[in-house]
Amino acid sequence: MTFASPGPERQFQDFLAEGKFMIQRNIKTGAFIFYPRVLSPGTGEDALEWVEASGAGTVYSTTVTRQRPEKGGDYNVALIDLAEGPRLMSRIIDIDPHEVTIGMAVRAKIGELNSEPALLFVPDKKDLSHYGP
Amino acid sequence: MAHKLRGKSAIVGLGIAPDGERPGRTGIELLAEAVHAALADCGLRLNDIDGLFATTAVHSMPAPSVGEYLGIQPKYSNGSNIGGSSFVAHCLGATLALEAGLCDVALVAYGSNQRTAGGRLVTMSEPMPYEAIYGARYPISAYALAAARHMHEFGTTRAQLAAVAVAARNWAELNPEAFARDPLTIEDVLNSRMISDPLSKLDCCLVTDGGAAIIMTRPDQAKDLPRPPVYFLGAAMAHWHRMISAMPDLTQTAAQESGPRTMEMAGVACEDIDVLELYDAFTINTILFLEDLGFCAKGEGGAFVEGGRIAPGGALAVNTNGGGLSCVHPGMYGLYTVIEAARQLRGTCGARQIENAKIGLAHGNGGVLSSQVTSIWGTEETL
Repeated sequence: MTFASPGPERQFQDFLAEGKFMIQRNIKTGAFIFYPRVLSPGTGEDALEWVEASGAGTVYSTTVTRQRPEKGGDYNVALIDLAEGPRLMSRIIDIDPHEVTIGMAVRAKIGELNSEPALLFVPDKKDLSHYGP
Repeated sequence: MAHKLRGKSAIVGLGIAPDGERPGRTGIELLAEAVHAALADCGLRLNDIDGLFATTAVHSMPAPSVGEYLGIQPKYSNGSNIGGSSFVAHCLGATLALEAGLCDVALVAYGSNQRTAGGRLVTMSEPMPYEAIYGARYPISAYALAAARHMHEFGTTRAQLAAVAVAARNWAELNPEAFARDPLTIEDVLNSRMISDPLSKLDCCLVTDGGAAIIMTRPDQAKDLPRPPVYFLGAAMAHWHRMISAMPDLTQTAAQESGPRTMEMAGVACEDIDVLELYDAFTINTILFLEDLGFCAKGEGGAFVEGGRIAPGGALAVNTNGGGLSCVHPGMYGLYTVIEAARQLRGTCGARQIENAKIGLAHGNGGVLSSQVTSIWGTEETL
């Protein structure tokens, strides 16, 4: 096959700038892949296609990165398991970072960090577990 | 039948650059101080060294930089960097090179002035693609994510994490070389400043200056040197990821693979090991490695470390120098695990000496739980 230019990393960023959260799928096995690669990790197939992610995910782990208020205050860093399978790092916003819990349902939201397009997540409103018992 | 590398090399000399705070010194100067001490320890000369294994956090080509600084021209060298575990891997590489006859006297060396150079972890690491934008604090946030997951899955508590820090401090109190020797309680750890939940400042390793070096030869040469040789019984490495977001399961490290492979090479089981030196960059590390190396079941590490079990006088001697948490941590701690295991097997550890220690395990960790390298060492009677 021929490898198109630009490569998958740049293509992912370009999609994000267009407001789309795209992940790769191995055409042969159907396995979803993140982060974007030239070859399917571990198996090596190069026939990969871009598909729009559902945006649904679950918090796999979470930490509050403590920061002085004058520097912007505490913020969340989390690992999210996508409904499609792959895991990625992101930040849960629109919620107190201390309220984020493992297992919480979240949904992708493309926003900005450091003036760059960034894949972020917000609590999934259909899931109310984080509002407590 | 014994593995063909078992017993095929030995540590004949070791040295450290003393004191954790050395204003005005560069890392390579501290490395050279440690080399000087290691040579004095074994009675070999600098120009006997013909195999060089060195890694630092500041040299892009550490082997040529260290070789040039020392003024040696090695026949074989390796400066590869898999994080703080690199030096445990270097012991395996040095054994291979010695056994193959590519060199006769191997030096494994490290130096860093990260404390006085700025008091922060020095790293040559590139920003992690797909992670850097989220502002995780490296490496602590990655270990915090692992700790949070361990707590979620197994009910591990912050007090259990704190027990690791307290045990390390109790060992450090017995070690005149340790940097942090003030009394420490579980409450102190729980009340220290939170940095990346659930890890507080006292769940984190020290930031010190330091230099460390060991000299290795084949066993036939080792017998003619002044110190009792500490024999290489086995080592193995494994890595499954680089970025924490790519770690398959945050509660399961590649030590599950490096540990059993090392024990198989060494022909020993957990119950044969007298002393363990585990790379404790953070309190969660010790718990993960006790589990993954087979000293307790997965998920039981938190309960295992309670009640002083790994502290002086406890059932299992772990991190007898005080570890990276309380003895020394210049950014890459791996070589110190090997040095403390070797000192225990030599029987020179004074108040912290494990009586009749014959087999020691030194385990290195690198990156964000990324690379795991286990090694096992023994006295002459274990050959």
